[in-house]
Amino acid sequence: MTTPPDVWTALRGRRWRFLASAWPWRALAYLVSTVPVALGAAAVLVLTVGVGLLTAVLVVGVLLLAGLPLIASVVAAVERSRMQLLLGRRPPSDSVPWRTRLRALRSMPVAWPEVGYTVLLTVVLWVVDVVALNLLVTFPGVLLAAPVLVRAGAPIDMGPLQIDTATEAWLAVGPGLLLLAAGLHGVTLLAAAQASLTRLLLDPPHARLAEALAELRRSRVGLVDAFETERRRIERDLHDGAQQRLVALTMTLGRAELEIPEGAGLDLVREAQGQAETALEELRSTVRGIHPRVLVDHGVEAAVHEVADAAEVPVTVDVSLPGRLPGPLEAAAYFVVSEALTNVVRHARARSVRVHGRVAGGRLVLTVLDDGVGGANVRSGGGLAGLALRVEALDGEFAVTSPAGGPTEVRATCPVP
Amino acid sequence: MPGSLSPGSLSVVPLRIVLAEDAALLREGLRAILERAGHEVVAAVEDAEALLAYAGHTSLDVVITDIRMPPTHTDEGLRAAAELRRRHPDLAVLVLSAYVADAYVAELLDSTPGGGIGYLLKDRVGHVREFLDSLARVAAGETVIDPQVVRRLLGRRHDDGPLASLTEREREVLALMAEGRTNGSIAVALFVSEAAVRKHVGSIFAKLPLDPMSDRRVSAVLAYLRDG
Repeated sequence: MTTPPDVWTALRGRRWRFLASAWPWRALAYLVSTVPVALGAAAVLVLTVGVGLLTAVLVVGVLLLAGLPLIASVVAAVERSRMQLLLGRRPPSDSVPWRTRLRALRSMPVAWPEVGYTVLLTVVLWVVDVVALNLLVTFPGVLLAAPVLVRAGAPIDMGPLQIDTATEAWLAVGPGLLLLAAGLHGVTLLAAAQASLTRLLLDPPHARLAEALAELRRSRVGLVDAFETERRRIERDLHDGAQQRLVALTMTLGRAELEIPEGAGLDLVREAQGQAETALEELRSTVRGIHPRVLVDHGVEAAVHEVADAAEVPVTVDVSLPGRLPGPLEAAAYFVVSEALTNVVRHARARSVRVHGRVAGGRLVLTVLDDGVGGANVRSGGGLAGLALRVEALDGEFAVTSPAGGPTEVRATCPVP
Repeated sequence: MPGSLSPGSLSVVPLRIVLAEDAALLREGLRAILERAGHEVVAAVEDAEALLAYAGHTSLDVVITDIRMPPTHTDEGLRAAAELRRRHPDLAVLVLSAYVADAYVAELLDSTPGGGIGYLLKDRVGHVREFLDSLARVAAGETVIDPQVVRRLLGRRHDDGPLASLTEREREVLALMAEGRTNGSIAVALFVSEAAVRKHVGSIFAKLPLDPMSDRRVSAVLAYLRDG
C-alpha cells in the first residue's frame, strides 16, 4: 500500500492505518515548527516597523518600511516549503523568488496575500497552534503517564479530574490512549486546515493552473521532439537498410540482364528489375511521408521542392527562407506542406497548388493554396488535425480555410526561435 | 570474359576509374558493373578523403562519387569532386545521388569548366546499359543530367531569367537537349521533323545569352538548368 499523497487523503483513510502512518508526526512537526517561524517573523517585523518608524524622517526608515513586503515574501517562501510537508506538492516555480524581488523591489507590485498571510501567522496562527498542541497532546500525554507520575509522588490535579491512587492512574491509561488517538486526529486536522489555508493564500488555484499549463506545454514539446527523433531514426534505418539493399538488388539484376541471352529468362529478369524499382519507389514515397533525407541535409526549401515534384498535381513552389531553421520547426514546416499536398491529391480535385513560405517578423508563415473543390476540415484524427497539433506544440497557429467550392488554404504560422 | 554479349553492346573504350561510395553493398555492385564493362577500377574507396588521395596521384579518366559520405553525410563527395576539378580541370566527374536536390545540381554546374560532368540518381545504375552509356558520355566531355532532374526542372515556372523569352515548345526542346538527346531523338520524342528541331535549337541559341566560344548546346543546357 503506497502512502497517500496528501494529508487529507490520509485523514479520510482507515483510522488505525492513519495512526500507524507518518502523517500524525508530520502534522505535529508542522504545528510545532509554526511557532518558531511565527515568532521569528514577528520579531523581525516588529524590529523593522519600530526602527523604520523611528527613522522615518531619514530616508533609511522609509526604505526599511518599503522592505516589509520583502519580509512577507521570505516568510511566504518558508511557508510554501513547510506546506509541502503535508500537501506534498511543490509550489509553482513561477512564483517570484525573493532574490528577484530584492533586485526589482521598486518595480515589483506588493504581494498583498503574502503580507496578509504574514500578519495572520504572526498574530493568530501560532497562538492557535500552541493552544491546540497543549490540549490535544499534553492532556492525553499526562493521562498516559499517570501511573509513573503517581508512583513518583506527583498526583494529578486537573480541576474536576483528580488522580492520586495507583488504581485510578492505571484506569486513566485507557481513556488516555483514546484521547491520544483523538488528539492526533485533531492535530492532523488542524495542521491540514492550516496548510490548506496557507496554500489558498500563497499558492492560489490559478497560479497552480498556470504552472500545470506550462508543464503541459513543456511535456507536449517534449513529445513532439521525441516523435521527431523517432521518425528520423526510422528514416535512417530505411535509408541505410532496405533502400540500399533494393538499389543493390537493381544493380545485381542489371548485371544479370547483361549475362542472360534473349528469351524467357531475360524477360523474367527484366520483370524482376521492374518490380524492384517499384518497391524502391514505394519505399521512397513512404520515407517522403516520414522524414526525407533531403530535409535533414538541405532544409525545408529543398525538401518542399522534392515533395512538390513528386505530387500528382502541378505545384508552384515559392519558398524562400533565411537559411536553416531549428529541427523541430523544419520538420513541422515540411509536414504542413507534404500533408496538405497529400490532402489536395486525395480530396481536392485541384488543377494547381501554390506553396508559399517566408519568414517575416520572426515568424515562419507557410501557406498551401489549391483551386480544388474545398470543404476540407480539421477532422479529429485526420492528417490536418495531426498538423494542427504539431504546429500548436511549437506555439504556432494552424488554420484551414476551405469553403465548399473552394479554394482551400492551409496556413501555418510559427515563431522562429 | 565477354560471355554472351555481342561486341559493341557494352562500352568499348576502357576507362580508368576511381569509385567512391560509402555503402559497401553499392560500392561492390558498381565495381562489378564497371569491371564487367571492361573498365579498370583503380580504386574503390569509402570516403572523400581517400578519394582525394587516390585521385591525386593516378592518371584517371573518370571519378564516380556518391554525394553523401562520411563523416558528415552531407555533400562530402560533391566537395571532393569540385576540389578534384580545380586540381585536374580535365578530369571527368560523375556524381551519384540518392535523391534530387537542386543545390547539388547548381553546385555541380558551377564547378570549374573542363572535362565532362554527370549527375545521376543511384537508381539509374540498375539500368546498366544506360548507366554505362552516360558514363562514356561524361568521359567524352559531355554534360549528363539525370532525366528525372530535368523533368523536375521542366515542371518549374520560369517567370523571369533568360528562359522567360523562350516559347513553350522551345523549352521542351531545351529540356530534351538537357537529357543529352540528339536533334534526331528530340524530333522523335516531340513528333516533329528534325528540321523543325534544328529551327527551334537555332532560335534557342539566338535568344539565350550564350558564350560564343563554348559549346553552345552545353551552354544552353546549363543556362536552362541554372535557371530552374
